[in-house]
Amino acid sequence: MGTHNHNHTPDLTERFEFSGKVKTWSLIAILIGIAAIAYGFLTDHTERTFANLLLMAYYVTCVCAAGTFFLAVQYIAQAGWSASLLRIPQAFAKVLPYAALILIAICIAGLFTTHTVTEEGKEVVVPYLYKHWATHGLAEKGSEHYDAVIAGKSGFLNIPFFLTRLFIFLGLYSIFSYMLTKYSYNEDIEGGLANYNKSFKWSAVFLVIFGFTTPIWAFDTIMSLEAHWFSTMFGWYNFAAMWVNGLTAIALTVILLKKAGYFSWINENHLHDLGKFIFAFSIFWTYVWFAQFLLIYYANIPEETVYFYKRWEPEYLPLFWLNIIVNFVSPILILMTRDAKRKLNTMMFVCIMLLCGHWLDYYMMVMPGTVAEHRGFGLIEIGTFIGFAGLFSFLMLTQLSKKSLVPVHHPFLEESLNHQI
Amino acid sequence: MSNTKYILGHFEDPDDLMHGIDRLQENNVSIYDVFTPMPIHGIEDKLGIKPSRLGYVAFCFGITGTLTAFSMIYYMLVYDWPMNIGGKPSFAFPDFVPIMFELTVLFCAFGMVGTYFYSNHLFPGRAPRVMDFRATNDRFVIAIDAKENPYPDKIEDLLKEAGAVEIKYNERKYVSYE
Repeated sequence: MGTHNHNHTPDLTERFEFSGKVKTWSLIAILIGIAAIAYGFLTDHTERTFANLLLMAYYVTCVCAAGTFFLAVQYIAQAGWSASLLRIPQAFAKVLPYAALILIAICIAGLFTTHTVTEEGKEVVVPYLYKHWATHGLAEKGSEHYDAVIAGKSGFLNIPFFLTRLFIFLGLYSIFSYMLTKYSYNEDIEGGLANYNKSFKWSAVFLVIFGFTTPIWAFDTIMSLEAHWFSTMFGWYNFAAMWVNGLTAIALTVILLKKAGYFSWINENHLHDLGKFIFAFSIFWTYVWFAQFLLIYYANIPEETVYFYKRWEPEYLPLFWLNIIVNFVSPILILMTRDAKRKLNTMMFVCIMLLCGHWLDYYMMVMPGTVAEHRGFGLIEIGTFIGFAGLFSFLMLTQLSKKSLVPVHHPFLEESLNHQI
Repeated sequence: MSNTKYILGHFEDPDDLMHGIDRLQENNVSIYDVFTPMPIHGIEDKLGIKPSRLGYVAFCFGITGTLTAFSMIYYMLVYDWPMNIGGKPSFAFPDFVPIMFELTVLFCAFGMVGTYFYSNHLFPGRAPRVMDFRATNDRFVIAIDAKENPYPDKIEDLLKEAGAVEIKYNERKYVSYE
């Protein structure tokens, strides 16, 4: 419409320079992480360290996958507002293959390293991760550890098929991440609509695949930690957590880069849109969380309630409530007004809070099924979180610095630069 | 001219309209209101329109719904006629939540419809009124209160200069669809 009078013409070929303090600090964070993990293994907290590694690897992979999902959603909706910040989810998407490899490596390591525990007076050799179904002999008739429930699920939950699924899913996501970013980089050079149209087409394909496979991915990596229990809502619950987490990570990256002097064209209007996304999907997360809880509570079937029974023990009960307060009550109250979503510092606070909150959310999913009453919160937890955060920012910022901060020939770029709501 | 209540400047182009608003404001002519057939970005800031209070109204309706639902279920299931459902306590709060949520949405939706009719003076049997018919069709209209700004010649010049295609001097504020 051209009713705007923008006096500034931002330098769209601007690039992020990854050096100095930021680089040093992310490297230091990685070292802290390595130290914490080494400390965990050396001080005989092996299972707890493995649980933490799985938690953080899943966390980071989810954030990266949410970056790809964000890209695909923006392309498929032909969204204009986000065009000038698409390089951030693209950088997330570029990190996805690394994160996926780490997750698979941790799963393999956890499945194939074992220790001996005494269970009901019997000595059992169990793997560090997925002991509820991957322990040798659980599915074999005649074995002293035979478990009829697990045997019934062993057609699906067996190590080769488990790893195959993980490889296929994460491989597919990585391929689509590569394609969507590749088209955008090509667009920078070639211009025109050809690349945009290809992104649109492949985004549609990706969303179908992603929609059907993420629940199974969540069932595999997280739900199978407590393999006797099952919930059909679990996949969507994890998807909601992934999407909120991805959005907050994108918003936080935008805010921090803006504070560092980049992204001069991103203003409170773009922030408002990201804020609405975070607000809405925090409610969606609660909706799905509650849908899972209510049905189990109402039906009151022992094989289902066991999940919440564990989390209702004094060991986990305060965290159970804290999870709801941090991930639902706080964002809904803080972000409800229009002004709050438009303020850089309020948004930054909410983003940091939610990133920690969803760590707690994953903690509540992972820990009761792995270390249970031997859970802890200390050097290992904090150190692993810092380490993975450092690794993620290092890889992500390296990818971000490789291209200009704006896809300069994106067909909706002008709309994004003049975005106003 | 002395009976003129409102001066309406018609524009065919939103850019001209925005320019017209600037010109009038530069010359200290107060603008009564602006009517456009479609939303124009940035016009609220330019006219200094206060943020809508609709959100607060919606919140009040919503919270009324939540409380109504809660008190209703509490009265029925806990106070008036407690029943044993699946061995759960009468005050089984998780079971309340879906109904509380639904009534929040219902009250909010109906409340907003009512608020919309109220704020637009749309009641059953009432013919809608507008300041200019074409503002809902193809014209962008600036309305200026002629009593507050008693210099029609200057206003006409300013509007024409900004690209107004037609200037009307209305002796009545509204025209009705009757």
